[in-house]
Amino acid sequence: MPRSDRIPGIRPRPSLGRRLDIAARASFPAVSTAGLMMLTAAPFGFAGQAALLPATALAAVYFWSLFRPAAMAPVVVVVIGILLDLLGYLPLGVGVLTLLVVHGFAARWQRVLARQSFLVVWVAFLGFAAGAAALGWALTSLLQFRLLPVSAALFQFVVSAAIYPALAILFVRAQRSVAAPERA
Amino acid sequence: MIRLSIPARQALAKLTLPVLIVAAFALLLLGKADALLAERARMGLADVLAPIYAVLSEPLGRFRAMVADTDELLSIRADNVRLHDENERLRRWQSTALALDAENQRLRANLHWMPDPAPAFVTARVVADAGGVYARAVLLSLGPNHTVVKGQIALDERGLVGRVTEVGTRTARVLLLTDLNSRIPVILENSRSRAVLVGTNGARPRLIYWPEGSVPAEGERVVTSAEANAFPANLPVGTVHYNASHVPEVEPAARLDRLEVVRIFDYGLRGIVPPEAGARPAADRRR
Repeated sequence: MPRSDRIPGIRPRPSLGRRLDIAARASFPAVSTAGLMMLTAAPFGFAGQAALLPATALAAVYFWSLFRPAAMAPVVVVVIGILLDLLGYLPLGVGVLTLLVVHGFAARWQRVLARQSFLVVWVAFLGFAAGAAALGWALTSLLQFRLLPVSAALFQFVVSAAIYPALAILFVRAQRSVAAPERA
Repeated sequence: MIRLSIPARQALAKLTLPVLIVAAFALLLLGKADALLAERARMGLADVLAPIYAVLSEPLGRFRAMVADTDELLSIRADNVRLHDENERLRRWQSTALALDAENQRLRANLHWMPDPAPAFVTARVVADAGGVYARAVLLSLGPNHTVVKGQIALDERGLVGRVTEVGTRTARVLLLTDLNSRIPVILENSRSRAVLVGTNGARPRLIYWPEGSVPAEGERVVTSAEANAFPANLPVGTVHYNASHVPEVEPAARLDRLEVVRIFDYGLRGIVPPEAGARPAADRRR
């Protein structure tokens, strides 16, 4: 909620530009996440690139669920999850369910985690990444009626853990500048 | 917008997540029950993204070529020596091949051999990896009026790449022969015995079901078999290689890790066609 809405008083209706600004700031986490996900699927051609997509989606949902829960509502998580399923060629629903579970736990522990240092948040993310990789692996295996290689899930966990700090730096910067609602 | 009391709104907000999780389970079931739905959505998204990736791949490709160039500059002398040797060897092979070809022509003429019809093919650019974490596939960019259908066969300049499994309006997805779900009937070239090539998601697919008594030999060439009418005979697949735990694997001839352009051949084979392919009329594809 912008600060001006919380302070009582009569003031003119916000102009179109301001309303657009507010909307852009509120939708930044969702839009940037979708954009980043499409970027990770671009043909860079390095080995193991496929693991970047789930890792990026996971890091973004986790970060914004903790630090800007209003902009990462469950419905937004569902849309990101569907995008993950379609772009990542996962069985439909696997990404949605995984990200929703991550979002649920992150929202539950938000009050505690959001006040911690970066390192603690990262260590907590390791747990989330392990859980998400395991859940994704289990669901995909179940839906395909076969045991998929565990190494792929393990690799996804490692990539998630490694990419989080880099993404978090970007997200923190965005959170304080372009995505900050109080600056609108 | 409906005005609700604050407790009601809070209760609703608490309900959203459980309801959506149940909906996600429903989506899982729906995706399993109606595989075509997910496939259409996926290819629709791919159709939208493929042109963007095609534009992006130009500078990315140039960058990659630059890196490769610097790599090559460092080893240019060693490469030159190796290439001279290889050229010598290939020249000898060329004369052998020409002699064999002439002999083959003569024998075929004597036998009144019916030549295989030359298959039609289209060449397409690989625009993105389409495998995700648990699959091995590539996405091809095609023109809007393409004639590619499911089940057609993709080859690069060296050998078999895989089969077309999903087709959009301007894209197609090719399942690589290394994918976990790939099963290819093959022939071991020396012993002429049949086997099945099974993808493992790793770099080298495994050989199974070879007949007793004719064990695949290390370095033996493996080609496709016309069994099951899914592939034409004698497309080069790769060479046999035993791994550390003594399981015969096939080193693919195609360069699957750096596919840039593939040719999609229409051999007119309808041996194994996905069940939904028949339900989709050809006119629908040409919209």
